[in-house]
Amino acid sequence: MVNVDDYVARTEGTCGKEQDVIVIFKYDKKDEAIKKILGRATTRKSIAGIISELTYKGFSFRLYGSGKVIFRDLKDKEELNSLLSKLLL
Amino acid sequence: MLDPYRIREDFPILKRKINGKQLVYLDNAATSQKPRQVIDAIKDFYENHNANVHRAVHTLSLEASQLYEDAHEEVAEFIHARGMEEIIFVRGTTEAINLVAYAWGLRTLRKEDEVIVSLMEHHSNIVPWEIISGITGNKIKYIEVNEDGTLDYESFESLISGKTRIVCLSHVSNVTGIINDVKRITKLTHDHGAMVLIDGAQSVPHLPVNVKDLDADFLAFSGHKMLGPTGIGVLYGKREILEKMEPFQGGGEMIREVSYDQKTKRCSIFWNVLPWKFEAGTPNVGGAVGLMEAIRYLTRIGMRNVNSHEERLTKYAIPRMEGCCRKVKIYGTKDTAIKCGIIPFGIDGLGSHDIALFLDNYGIMVRSGFHCAQPLHEMFKLSSSARASFYIYNTIEEIDKLTEVLKETDQL
Repeated sequence: MVNVDDYVARTEGTCGKEQDVIVIFKYDKKDEAIKKILGRATTRKSIAGIISELTYKGFSFRLYGSGKVIFRDLKDKEELNSLLSKLLL
Repeated sequence: MLDPYRIREDFPILKRKINGKQLVYLDNAATSQKPRQVIDAIKDFYENHNANVHRAVHTLSLEASQLYEDAHEEVAEFIHARGMEEIIFVRGTTEAINLVAYAWGLRTLRKEDEVIVSLMEHHSNIVPWEIISGITGNKIKYIEVNEDGTLDYESFESLISGKTRIVCLSHVSNVTGIINDVKRITKLTHDHGAMVLIDGAQSVPHLPVNVKDLDADFLAFSGHKMLGPTGIGVLYGKREILEKMEPFQGGGEMIREVSYDQKTKRCSIFWNVLPWKFEAGTPNVGGAVGLMEAIRYLTRIGMRNVNSHEERLTKYAIPRMEGCCRKVKIYGTKDTAIKCGIIPFGIDGLGSHDIALFLDNYGIMVRSGFHCAQPLHEMFKLSSSARASFYIYNTIEEIDKLTEVLKETDQL
């Protein structure tokens, strides 16, 4: 059965007051992950496929063509996992 | 004048592509890349000379010991110390500062004593002193920083007193690149009978540093920021101070004799001579060999040339970064006469991590966050910042690439 870990290579908490979370997709799964996310979330703005500002169920985040997503204002790891499950599975 | 294009040939990693783009490495304040000469020296050590150092008579150990001692001598010469007994190898700047905080501070500081640090310090020059203060009860006073990020020397003059025991200050800020007048600080501190510890993590790799001229009591720096490997750093200390200090850690190498007394049922211990008294356990010999080669590499270029090259890049970068996009804001002074090649910046409407990720798409590596200097960011009222930092292999073309990409953020 496919799960979030099949897509995610690494999750990195950022340094700074913002406490953002960066999710890095596995290299061989990044295109699939990006496609799924773009299909499910609403695109507010995009620059040449390099960076997309997205919203999904009240969450706003930025998706990068290199296979990285930066999430803001997430409560905890559970909320991140739940969001990723909805976006990817 | 150095030739960055020639130098780049020595750095294999700079040939790498990231996200399909040629790597532009602008995170040198965090760590530098390594030239082939350093990589080869480490490889040669492990392939041909590896053994534990000191107190063995076999050929390999003698070779390793000689290399390890040569590395101390090389460092001593590089910073103009009196000799290798003033050079203690540690893991990095953080460990060097902790060594002084624990070996000297913990044993010496009393409740009535004061330690002065500045608000622009890296956490590694704040946290150890706060920890020690929590144990000994001594006071810590913070030197204020001006709006442009420069040190408030009047604030320092108002803090220093007969109660001050040590002043701990970065030579160059790791956030703004501002060069502090540590000679002025040292003079005034010594006039009050206190000592000075200089965090040289961002100065020794980029400027000519002369500990005799600065009259520093301690100088801490890391090998990995100056072309050397990670896990090797240096604490310089004046011989007469180090001789009076008790060791930081106990173990092999740092003792001359451990003798069991049948009467007292205890061991009496005699410390080894400097610098070994402060180097407990098997040291990082391979790292020391790498650092030695890194210093030789920098010496061949000349530290004045290193500094002028970075100044040239910074002078070129600042107006272009500001001019490329109306949203780009550079923090701290832009006066390149008093700063090294570090440019902290932000973009309206974008977090620092967004900036770093956006640039990463184009193969450009910059750092984002607090850079381990949260108090300075709080003073600037910044939640974080992006930071571009230069070294000997960076070029004008790379800065053009950076500004071209920053221009695109205008669309966001």
